[in-house]
Amino acid sequence: MSMVPLSSYLILSAVLFTIGVLGVLVRRNILIIFMSIELMLNAVNLALVAFSREFGSADGQVVVFLVMTVAAAEAAVGLAIIICLFRNRKSVNVDDLNLMKW
Amino acid sequence: MNCVYFVPAFPLLGFLINGLLALTLKSQPEEKIPGKSLVSWIGCGSIGLSFLTSIAILFELLALPEGERVVQKFAFTWILSGNFHINIGFLLDPLSSVMIAVVSGVGFFIHLYSTGYMAHDRGYARYFSYLNLFTFFMLTLVLSNNFLLLYLGWEGVGLCSYLLIGFWYEKKSAADAGKKAFIVNRIGDFGFALGVMLIFWTFGTLNYTDVFESAPNILSLGGGLVTAITLLLFMGATGKSAQIPLYVWLPDAMEGPTPVSALIHAATMVTAGVYMVARCHALFLLAPVSMAVVAIVGAVTAVYAASIGLFQNDIKRVLAYSTISQLGYMFLACGVGAFASGIFHLMTHAFFKALLFLGAGAVMHSLAGELNMQKMGNLKKYMPTTFWCFLCATLAISGIPLFSGFFSKDEILWKAYSSPHGHFLLWLIGVITAGMTAFYMFRLFFLTFLGKSRVDPQIKDHIHEAPKAMTIPLIILAFLSLIGGYVGIPYSLGGKNRFERFLSPVFGETSAESALTLHSPSSEYLLMIVSIVIVLIGIFIAHQLYIQNPETPKKLAERFKTPYRIIFNKYYVDEFYSMMIVKPVINFALFLWKIIDVQIIDGIANGIASLTKWAGELFRRTETGYLRNYALSLIFGAILILSYFLFK
Repeated sequence: MSMVPLSSYLILSAVLFTIGVLGVLVRRNILIIFMSIELMLNAVNLALVAFSREFGSADGQVVVFLVMTVAAAEAAVGLAIIICLFRNRKSVNVDDLNLMKW
Repeated sequence: MNCVYFVPAFPLLGFLINGLLALTLKSQPEEKIPGKSLVSWIGCGSIGLSFLTSIAILFELLALPEGERVVQKFAFTWILSGNFHINIGFLLDPLSSVMIAVVSGVGFFIHLYSTGYMAHDRGYARYFSYLNLFTFFMLTLVLSNNFLLLYLGWEGVGLCSYLLIGFWYEKKSAADAGKKAFIVNRIGDFGFALGVMLIFWTFGTLNYTDVFESAPNILSLGGGLVTAITLLLFMGATGKSAQIPLYVWLPDAMEGPTPVSALIHAATMVTAGVYMVARCHALFLLAPVSMAVVAIVGAVTAVYAASIGLFQNDIKRVLAYSTISQLGYMFLACGVGAFASGIFHLMTHAFFKALLFLGAGAVMHSLAGELNMQKMGNLKKYMPTTFWCFLCATLAISGIPLFSGFFSKDEILWKAYSSPHGHFLLWLIGVITAGMTAFYMFRLFFLTFLGKSRVDPQIKDHIHEAPKAMTIPLIILAFLSLIGGYVGIPYSLGGKNRFERFLSPVFGETSAESALTLHSPSSEYLLMIVSIVIVLIGIFIAHQLYIQNPETPKKLAERFKTPYRIIFNKYYVDEFYSMMIVKPVINFALFLWKIIDVQIIDGIANGIASLTKWAGELFRRTETGYLRNYALSLIFGAILILSYFLFK
């Protein structure tokens, strides 16, 4: 069984990250933006794991666990905020949420 | 001797109590003044006790043998910083004991008089608290045993004069006069403070005894340093004692209540300068130049102020100029080294000048505040007590033989001629001044009390003799003006000159005996006769002009229009000062305010604020409120940082 080269993992990771960034930038729905952020986090996770295996070090995997914990906490808090927002504004469109400006 | 602490302590206590009463007892107009008798008792009682203590101290000092009449009392340490050590300490010697007796005595009679004069004033308690504070500072000044405590009293009397001259502060002229007195005094005090600092710098101490004892060793006779010290001290004296060029505040000080004028002119304040020069005689004697300056300034002030007094119509202004003139005499005496004579004249002058002012106050009181002598006349009929007392004072100040002023003034004139520091010209100026003094004092007297009545018909009906509280001090002071000179009858008139003997431990055996050996008594008699004759001529002219031919003065004024106008307008000195000093200072202040402060300082502060505001206006446009924009800028930032690391 041939080894998948590191570059393939990194390309996939970069693609996923870019999709995430584009999602954050172009989508209006706050839930989608939220999911895109999760996608970016997981793209980074993939890169970390790939490096970890490549260099035979557990450091990368430790950081991945950290990221997953943060992502879980973020998801909990973030979704709670989104629910509150929706209840107050009857909308999940970020363009409607532009009160904090000049 | 231990009771010396009480002398200043009583008035201070009186000030504190009356001051608190003044704060708590607010009276409404038209209403009875609350707590009036309490305030009177505290005000007069405190100074009365102080007077009794002073008399007791004076007698205690007299009981001591002549050589031991110097007592130092230390109360507590005031300032201790390195080798700068100042005690609150009192020096009791013949000079200070005479001063406290005069200050508290004359002050007491003025307090007593004020209970009548100020009876209907709303600020009754405030008035008495200021008076007590004034006396307290003056007593501190004369009792101090070091220059710093002297300076405290010195500034304190300046403050009180400001408070009392501007007592009726609702009146703009009174408030202005108060400010003028304070500011002019500050100019002199500046010099005085420099002098005190120079003394500390030279001697390393400010104690009188240390300074005066080491002065001959440290300073050379006629050296630049001692000349500088004494001239700076004398600059302070010209401010406080109203000498040329800083005399301008004193005539304006008439805006205060009349008893205050009496207090300022007789007991406190203006005598401080003379006292200080006499106290520092050890320094002044080392600086012949300063002595000459003191004598010349004194003589010139004497004749100059007397000439202004000749044609003034305001009764209090005549008295004010006469005070300046008499103070000139005292400085003339100090300048020729006759310090004891200067202090002697200070004492007799305190009696008769207080009496003159209180008498003028009684006249004003019964004429509803009228000050113009042209609207008085024939008050003898209505106010006999005031008339007789005023006559005593007028005779005394004119130097008529047997009255107190004669002895003191004549001694000064004799010393001005005979002392080693003296000069014939100084004597001549003094004698001319004596003649002018006699003229303007009798002019005032004739216009006020004799001749035809020129009083307004409206107030003519209620001209009345002053109340008892006012006439009793007048009578006592008249008595003192009569006999006050007998403590100092000169040797040539068969006297012993006890006053000068009493002061000799302070001033040393001055010229009294030595002058006798230098000049024969006959020349003293001659000078005495000359001065009496000139005084009598002055009185005669006044009598001719203002009793016999009341129309002549007007004609003469018409004829000599220009000199009359110049003198009547006080040589335009106030205008000159206003143009040369006050206006430029005000303009400079305006420049600092309008240009430096408003435009530059405020401009910088406001400029920074508006710059910040402008930048905020600009950059807040980036805050769109759209999440995408923020995310985009974030990503751009990340890309920029990454590309920096990639391509560097």
